[in-house]
Amino acid sequence: MGYYDDVYSRYRNFDFDTFFRNVTAADVPAALTRERHSAEDFLTLLSPAAGNHLEEMAQKAHHLTVRNFGRVIFLFTPIYLSDYCENQCAYCGFNVGNPFARKKLNLQELEEEARRIAETDLKHVLILTGESRQYSPPSYIRECVQVLKKYFSSISVEIYPLDTEEYGELVTAGVDGLTIYQEVYHEKRYDQVHLAGPKKNFHYRLDAPERGCRAGMRAVTVGPLLGLDDWRREVFFAGIHADYLQNRHWNVEIGLSFPRFRPHAGDFRPARAVDNRSFIQALLASRLFLPRAGITVSTREDSVLRNHILPLGVTKMSAGSSTEVGGRLEARRQPSQFEIADHRTVGEMKETLLQKGYQPIFKDWHTV
Amino acid sequence: MEDALKIGGKELENRLFIGTGKFSDNRLMEEAIRRSGAQVVTVALRRIDFESSQENILQYVPHECILMPNTSGARNAGEAVRIARVAKASGCGNWVKIEVVPDHKYLLPDNDETVKATEILAGEGFAVFPYINPDLITAKKLKDAGAAAVMPLGAPIGTNRGLETREMIRILINEIALPVIVDAGIGKPSEAAQAMEMGAAAVLVNTAIATAQDPAAMAAAFDLGIKAGRRAYLAGPAATRERAEASSPLTGFLGRE
Repeated sequence: MGYYDDVYSRYRNFDFDTFFRNVTAADVPAALTRERHSAEDFLTLLSPAAGNHLEEMAQKAHHLTVRNFGRVIFLFTPIYLSDYCENQCAYCGFNVGNPFARKKLNLQELEEEARRIAETDLKHVLILTGESRQYSPPSYIRECVQVLKKYFSSISVEIYPLDTEEYGELVTAGVDGLTIYQEVYHEKRYDQVHLAGPKKNFHYRLDAPERGCRAGMRAVTVGPLLGLDDWRREVFFAGIHADYLQNRHWNVEIGLSFPRFRPHAGDFRPARAVDNRSFIQALLASRLFLPRAGITVSTREDSVLRNHILPLGVTKMSAGSSTEVGGRLEARRQPSQFEIADHRTVGEMKETLLQKGYQPIFKDWHTV
Repeated sequence: MEDALKIGGKELENRLFIGTGKFSDNRLMEEAIRRSGAQVVTVALRRIDFESSQENILQYVPHECILMPNTSGARNAGEAVRIARVAKASGCGNWVKIEVVPDHKYLLPDNDETVKATEILAGEGFAVFPYINPDLITAKKLKDAGAAAVMPLGAPIGTNRGLETREMIRILINEIALPVIVDAGIGKPSEAAQAMEMGAAAVLVNTAIATAQDPAAMAAAFDLGIKAGRRAYLAGPAATRERAEASSPLTGFLGRE
């Protein structure tokens, strides 16, 4: 039972190439006119044929987003707690094989970083760690949450997958959101890029978002890391994953994100680089398939693209980001998990949004 | 005050309530509120940053307006109650709009949990404005629980579809001795006018104003639509007929006894 048995397995051996080849020019407008889109419509909107209909898709996506979310963008920022990691993910700077002196924030350092972020008025933070039950166990994360609660109204985690009970303990400690990327939905490819470490367990990771829902998370975000496999298929599996979770866990706010591969320490290069047109098509198709889902676009994308996609379905953006541990402290610099592309400060981000006709929302949750 | 709406211990002249969730800019929102003449403004507690050094949405709600904090984000009665208490303790007054909306696909409310929250909060002295799926039995329970009004949806939030739930709202207006405030789904001033013609006490609008090309102008248009509808209601609209009335009535032969 779960996403894999109920949904994923139905498409595991699906012939995507033939489906995409058979989508005709007439199929796309037909899918677009429907008010609610089936999984098959979603696939049609992700097809190469739909690539010729981006403007029509954009118009509809824009109207749906304004209607459902208004002219607003929710802002948050990541805080990297620790870069100790046992995994060998071919695409990640924290790969255990990358030789650098690892660091984890102590609570005083975290408090200093929190204070600096709080000065920007941000109220939502996303905390991240590498996978190390030795250096960044759930108990350490909970201690960090106690510090952060003094400064922020919403705390989400993007950490290694946990058991339901452990997620529950985080919720009790004050965490209200879970982000966990499957990275690669294609099982074989997943195995190829996760060379060693606990992350090799595809199923344990795949079921983590549902465990978070069961444990009482208010918001859960899923997605693939684009660039590791065919983006059309990957976005499809992520979209139907989000749809499955929203249907099954109707009182949890399910969101989507499609981070694109970025350069990092190491020599890995993406097998399937995703260009801007494709990225936009993924964003639009997802908005049409899941009209109420929050869609996050991080500082992995540059400022030009992030400015252009404001009307296209994005609802959440990170700002003032650093992807290194203690990145906002004066101390010596750590290697980053990946290079960010949008270096604007929170203040600059706020000004741009207002100029573009979008209200930056700093606070959208009040833990009670 | 002629034709005042007596509600939650206050008397209101204007029957447009405004929601604040979807504006592109707080300054535009303030202008829209002013142009609409609205006296009641609802703000999600989750959006209020009491500690912000720079900007706080409450700075843009005109001081003369009554603030109606809402419990947006609450998934059950317990959360709604706690949010309401935080709002009151933070100086947001004793009006509260209960929103218990666990469904994330259509944003439809949980009527049962809403009744539970209303019982508790009305008992604590709040003026409670519950947002509900229009259902007669729920509305009766809310009346018994001490609600200040009932706020049935005209259509799902943000859809701008108008009075899709017209018949159910008509029943509430006929049967419930509380002000009925149509909330959600109203897309155009003409639809707000229709709700008022039916006898709604007021209309709450957010999406249709906030996402209009010119929010302030649309807010003013809603004000006029609601005033027109209210006047029509008070004037007693002539009955509508499906066909012309026969000049020789079929029962004319009966005469008068």
